Amino acid sequence: MKTLQGIAASRGIAIGPAFHFQRADLSFERCTVEDPAAEWARCQAALETAREQLADVCAKAEAESGEEQAVIFQAHALMLEDPELLEAVQTAIEEQCTNAESALSDAAEMYAQMLEALDNEYLSARAADVRDVATRVLRILLGVAESPTAGLAIPSIVLARDLTPSDTVLLDKSLVLGFCTAEGGATSHTAILARGLGLPAIVGTGPDILDTPAGATLVLDGSDGTLLVEPDKETVARCRARQAAAATVLTQARQVAHEPAVTHDGHRVEVVANVGNVEGAQAALEAGAEGVGLFRTEFLYLERSCLPDEEEQYRAYRAVVDVFGDQLVILRTLDIGGDKHLPYLDLPREMNPFLGLRAIRLCLARPELFRPQLRAALRAGAGRHLKLMFPMVATVAEVRAARAALEECRAELLAEGQPVAEEMEVGIMVEIPAAALLADHLAAEVDFFSIGTNDLSQYTLAADRTNASVAALADAFHPAVLRLVRDVIAAAHAQGKWVGLCGELAGEPLAIPILLGLGLDEFSMTPPAIPLAKQVIRALTLDEAREVAQAVLELDSAGAVRALVHERVPAANVE
Amino acid sequence: MPEIALTVRNKVGLHARPAALFVQTAKRFSCDIKVTHDEREANAKSILNVLTLGANQGAVLTIHAEGDEAEQALAALEALVEDNFGEEE
Repeated sequence: MKTLQGIAASRGIAIGPAFHFQRADLSFERCTVEDPAAEWARCQAALETAREQLADVCAKAEAESGEEQAVIFQAHALMLEDPELLEAVQTAIEEQCTNAESALSDAAEMYAQMLEALDNEYLSARAADVRDVATRVLRILLGVAESPTAGLAIPSIVLARDLTPSDTVLLDKSLVLGFCTAEGGATSHTAILARGLGLPAIVGTGPDILDTPAGATLVLDGSDGTLLVEPDKETVARCRARQAAAATVLTQARQVAHEPAVTHDGHRVEVVANVGNVEGAQAALEAGAEGVGLFRTEFLYLERSCLPDEEEQYRAYRAVVDVFGDQLVILRTLDIGGDKHLPYLDLPREMNPFLGLRAIRLCLARPELFRPQLRAALRAGAGRHLKLMFPMVATVAEVRAARAALEECRAELLAEGQPVAEEMEVGIMVEIPAAALLADHLAAEVDFFSIGTNDLSQYTLAADRTNASVAALADAFHPAVLRLVRDVIAAAHAQGKWVGLCGELAGEPLAIPILLGLGLDEFSMTPPAIPLAKQVIRALTLDEAREVAQAVLELDSAGAVRALVHERVPAANVE
Repeated sequence: MPEIALTVRNKVGLHARPAALFVQTAKRFSCDIKVTHDEREANAKSILNVLTLGANQGAVLTIHAEGDEAEQALAALEALVEDNFGEEE
C-alpha cells in the first residue's frame, strides 16, 4: 500500500478503481516524404474520416444540446472541406514533400493566427475552432483514440494532471466516484466542480499519482487529502465502514436540513446558498438553503453573441427570486473581466486579468453594460426580498458611483411608471485587502458586507488561484486571511451592519467554528454542503466557537489552524 | 462580369452562423465567387477566408461571380444577406 498526500478539496470517501484521464499525445515529427501522392491520399482519407466523425457528433449535439452546439460543429465541418485550407495543405505536401501532419497543422495554424490578429473578440475565439478541427484530423493521422474518457466504463476514481471545464464536460458524472488531480489548489476548477456535485476530491498531490496503475484499487479521503493506493483488505473494509458511517451522518443531516441552524446555546445564523441560475436555486431550496447569499449573474452573459437585454435579465432574476418567495436573495452584479471571452464586449486582453478591468470596475466604465442590469434588478425586486451587491470593490468612491448609478436607474424607472423595489439593501463583496482594511469607512456606505474568501485569499497571499504552482498558497485558512475576516466583521458590527461570507470557506466544516466565533451572521455555500454545515453549527456553542477563533488567530500557518480545529472541535471533523 | 454590393445588417456581422450560411449558399454553385471587404478579398466558398474578412455589422461587401450560373449565385447571396440571414433583427 502506498499513501499519497494532497490538498483536501471536497469532503467524503471514495473507494474504487483508478481511471486515468489523459489528454492525447499529438506530437509528431516534421519530415519530408518520398511519395507525395501517397501522402496526399493518406491526408484525404484522414479528412474523410474526420468528416464522418463530425457528422455523427453534429447529429448527436443537435439531439442532445440543441442548435447552438450543432452550429459550432457545422462550422467545423465547413472548415474540413475549406478549399483554401485544403489547397494550402495539398501544395505543401505535393510541392515541398512535407508530411501530412506538418502540412495540416501549419496551414491550420496560419489561419488560427490570422483570426487571432483580427480586432474582434468573437473572430479571435474562432481560432480555437480551427485548431480543434486540425487536432481532430491529427488524431486520425496519428491513430490516437478520440476521447480521453474512452474506457471509463465502470464507476471509477478519475486521476488527472489537472482538469479544465471542457475536460469535465466530457466525463460521464454517473461513472465518477471522486477526483484526484496532481495539480491545483482548493479553489481550482476540479475542487469547485466536485463540491458542486457532492463528490470527494483531492487536488495538488504532485505527479506521483500519474504513475498509479490503471484499475488499481484506491481509497480517496477528501476530508484529510490522503489517497491510498492498493490498500490491504482490512484497510478497505475499515474505509467502507467509515464511508457507511459518513453516509448515515449525511442522511441524518438531510432529514433536518430544513430546520434552522441554531447553536447549542440558542444563537441563530443564516445558512444560504451560492447559485447561478433558476435550476441551482431550486436545488438549493431542496438542500435546505434559507435564501441565496450569492446569485451569480454571469451565466446570462456567457456563451452568446450579444448582451442580454433588460427584459431577459428581468425574467431570469425574477425566476430565481420567486423560487425563494419571501426569503432573501442577494444578486451580485456582473463579475467578469479580461480572463473571460465575451466576444460582443470586445474586452482587451490583459497581462493580469485578476488585477485588471473587471467586475465593478468594468461596470462603472461601461454604463451600457451596468445600467440594464441595475434596471432589471430593481424591477425584479419589486414586492420581493432582493438585495444587491457589487463585486471587487477597492475604494469608497466606487461604492458611491455604483449607488449613484442605481439611484439614477430607480428614478428613471419610477418616471416610466414601472414597478420597482421600494427599498433595496445594497452591499459589497469584500474580497480585496484594501476593502477589508478600510471596512470601517465602507461600512458607512452600505447595508451589509459579503466576504469573498476565494479572491480575498489570492489577493492577500499574492497567489494566482488558477496557477497550479502557487494555487495552494491561496488558502483561506491562512491566519492572514482570517485576521482580515475578523476585522471586517468587527468593523461592520460596530456600525450595526451584518456580514455574510460566500467563499468556499463558508461550507468547510473545519472553518465553521472559526467563522461562528468571529461573529459571522450569514454562511453562503454550494448547496450540497448545507445539511452538514447546519449540523456542525448545531453541535457548537457560541463561547466554544469564540475560544477556537481567538486561538487560531494567534497561529502562524493554515496547517496549524486546521490542526487546532481538528483537535479541539470533534463536531467539525465530518467526512 | 456580374458584381453586386451588399451591406451586412445583422448584429454579429458575417460571423458564426451567418458566415456558415453564406459559404453553404456559395457552394451550391459551380462558378467562382469572390467577396471583397476593405480591400481584403476572399473565396466565398472558404469559411476561413470569409471569417478572416472581419466583416462586422455595417460592413459593405462587394461580391463578384464568374462562370456558370453566376447571376443566380449572386441573386441567392443577395437574398440571404437582404433577409438578414433569416434572423429577426
